[in-house]
Amino acid sequence: MSEELDQGRRQLLVAATSLTGAVGVVLTATPFLASWKPSARAKALGAPIEIDLGKLEPGAMLKVEWRGKPVWVVRRTPEMLKQLDQATPFLLDPGSDGSVQPDYAKNTARARNPEYFVVLGVCTHLGCSPLPKFAAADVTVSADWPGGFYCPCHGSKFDLAGRVFKGVPAPANLAVPPYTFLSDSRILVGADSAQSA
Amino acid sequence: MGTESQGTTRAGGLWGWVTERFPLDSMLKEHLTEYWTPKNFNLWYAFGVLAGIVLVIQIVTGIFLTMNYKPSAAEAFASVEYIMRDVEWGWLIRYLHSTGASAFFVVVYLHMFRGLMYGSYRAPRELVWLVGMVIFLCLMAEAFMGYLLPWGNMSYWGAQVIVSLFGTFPIIGGALVEWIRGDYFISDITLNRFFALHVAALPLVLAGLAAAHILALHHVGSLNPDGIEIHDELDERGRPKDGVAFHPYFTVKDTFVLSVFLIIFCAIVFFAPTAGGMFLEAPNFEPANPMQTPPHIAPVWYFTPFYAMLRAVPSFLGTQVWGVLVMFAAIAVLFFLPWLDRSPVKSVRYKGPITKFALATFAVTMVVLGLCGMKPPVGIYPSLAKIFTVVYFAFFLLMPWYSRLDRTKPVPRRVTFHAH
Amino acid sequence: MRTERLARAVVAAALLVLPLAALASEGGSYPPAGNDVRNRASLQRGARNFMNYCSGCHSAKFVRYDRIAHDLVIPEAELKANLMFTSDKPYETIRAAMPADDAKRWFGTMPPDLSLMARARGTDYLSAFLHGFYADATRPTGVNNVVLPGTAMPHVLADLQGVQQATFVTRPGEGGTQVTELEKFELAQPGSLSPEKYDEFVRDTVNFLEYIGEPMQVERRDLGVWVMLFLLVFSAFSYLLYKEYWKDVH
Repeated sequence: MSEELDQGRRQLLVAATSLTGAVGVVLTATPFLASWKPSARAKALGAPIEIDLGKLEPGAMLKVEWRGKPVWVVRRTPEMLKQLDQATPFLLDPGSDGSVQPDYAKNTARARNPEYFVVLGVCTHLGCSPLPKFAAADVTVSADWPGGFYCPCHGSKFDLAGRVFKGVPAPANLAVPPYTFLSDSRILVGADSAQSA
Repeated sequence: MGTESQGTTRAGGLWGWVTERFPLDSMLKEHLTEYWTPKNFNLWYAFGVLAGIVLVIQIVTGIFLTMNYKPSAAEAFASVEYIMRDVEWGWLIRYLHSTGASAFFVVVYLHMFRGLMYGSYRAPRELVWLVGMVIFLCLMAEAFMGYLLPWGNMSYWGAQVIVSLFGTFPIIGGALVEWIRGDYFISDITLNRFFALHVAALPLVLAGLAAAHILALHHVGSLNPDGIEIHDELDERGRPKDGVAFHPYFTVKDTFVLSVFLIIFCAIVFFAPTAGGMFLEAPNFEPANPMQTPPHIAPVWYFTPFYAMLRAVPSFLGTQVWGVLVMFAAIAVLFFLPWLDRSPVKSVRYKGPITKFALATFAVTMVVLGLCGMKPPVGIYPSLAKIFTVVYFAFFLLMPWYSRLDRTKPVPRRVTFHAH
Repeated sequence: MRTERLARAVVAAALLVLPLAALASEGGSYPPAGNDVRNRASLQRGARNFMNYCSGCHSAKFVRYDRIAHDLVIPEAELKANLMFTSDKPYETIRAAMPADDAKRWFGTMPPDLSLMARARGTDYLSAFLHGFYADATRPTGVNNVVLPGTAMPHVLADLQGVQQATFVTRPGEGGTQVTELEKFELAQPGSLSPEKYDEFVRDTVNFLEYIGEPMQVERRDLGVWVMLFLLVFSAFSYLLYKEYWKDVH
């Protein structure tokens, strides 16, 4: 070990090799981590679905499964739409500013067409599925109940546009998925337009 | 990196806290920074480290494959294609695993041949060799069971043939085969248990044995191409004069060897993942079909020398068990190597012409047998297989005589080394 | 040391010779298909050929339409109009138009799935197969195939290729056996495509089959080049580092 050592060169080479090796490890890890993303099959199974609204009566609700979650479509009567305005003072986020919905559903009815309400039936508190309690003053909820959705897990309440009431555990309105009308009585859930499907 | 510690007593901080509670510091010293490694190691000595790295590659890629693979006869084949097509980067993970299987045997065979050349199995390293042989056995079982999992037609018929070997045993054969399959044919049940062994049981055993292999080696110290003990020549600090610390000297050297290995490995993965039918056979792209055997059936290349020996032995006294016994004996005889070699020297460098000729013949034998096992048993190949099966056993069984009678050269006290 | 060099040479030779030997045994006796999976126009034509002439009976159950559209750069409108006959959902896999039960009744066997046929049999085989039909009155389909004698598959491309007549010769083979070989094909009745155009048709179709056998193959090779470059840089650094440290060792 008598030879004069160039410590600078040694340190540089250690740094260069370690750095290249570290880059290599990161580049190698990337495909492994990316393999956890939804696969082509998962994407195919989670593709937008068409729902036929032809048989949906006014005031009735239809449930379908999309990406493993319940999607509700409620055909609201004019009376039900009127209830929305009455509920407004008691709501946490009446303008849906802190809630999830496409831009075209960021309105009082939270819908493209106020008559048809499309929403994910998943409570924004801890993911239970709320129950439809459309009748006002439903005693199973409370005497002053204006009509809406009630979550049996922790008592969160939502109005007929899925907007959350004040003083319940849920922090935000029910989420509205992207959807579009293919015709007057057919909707496509999961896409903002028929082209992007 | 590891040399920063100044001993357990003075170290503070997190390092000190850990070393007071866990022998990390002493382990790093014992196995890396103060594991004295002969400085005259040549390229042959890199294959052990490479085998360890391939084991890691196989475990990591294997874990990710199990995340999408379905171990059932109805779904296995489709799930592999699902991995290849629908899972993002699934093709890369699968090719790394399939190429890794062959790479494992390449490095392990070279590693074993290194041992054979330089007498790495000789006292006091018999246990290193024996543990290594058990690793080799487990590796063969691991490879064989993994080969069934894609549920291709070659997988199916390969398993059929190998499992049937056990049926040649007198009396118990039939029951034994049924017990291995858990059914009357290679079925969903067989696939399911092979999966369990391939992904859980055998990898655990392999990892444990690999650790034991290294511990046994580090207990007795590494031999080297000169076949002399570096611990016989110590300096004033009690360290071998011809030894260097494994870290950093061999970590940097092995890093370079690893990079070269990865170039070859990745070239196969990215440019020829089937390796012309050697690593992934064409018939395995068709799903298992119990009604139709592929036109030419042969095991994957790493089993072919032993398969050639199996086929070389004709049936005798109305049973085919002899071929099976010969094949098992071919592996079993390797276990006795430490006691077959009676030469006064360890390394081939100081052995005589007979041993050198025998060793060269042995290398050729393995290649020829491998070739015979790949080819259909027609033409010259059956005769070649018979001749070289005899040569294979002669190499081992005559070793006690020729190794003792052979001339040897004087062994130096210090290793042969030319500074860089 | 000489022995070690010899050993190294034997091992190196083995590592080179064994794969070559394996390759030699794989090599079929078919003329090369001559396709190129990087030729996108050929793949697009091949996709059209496949959908129009093959997918009536054969599925490609591991292949999704949208994957093809993406890889071959086919606009969705064109995909739906010209290529999708059995499904209207681009993310679905290619099913055969014909129900499986009917297939069994008509052909006596299920037409095989073609997703992996190019990998299982090779492109040369497929090309030879599609060139290998000839008139044979003894067969229920009226045709036979030199590559797969007795095939249940009718000559669905007869309109394009025409009908070939085969002439066989018998010559003595090894060990006193008689070997019957194809001597030549003659186009007895021309089809709508010239022989050159038919060759191109087959080449494109086989090209598409090779692509669906391993849709990521082009991506794989392209990525491989970058991996090699990266590893070369890494090995250069690690070599210099190794040499640097080993200056200490005398």
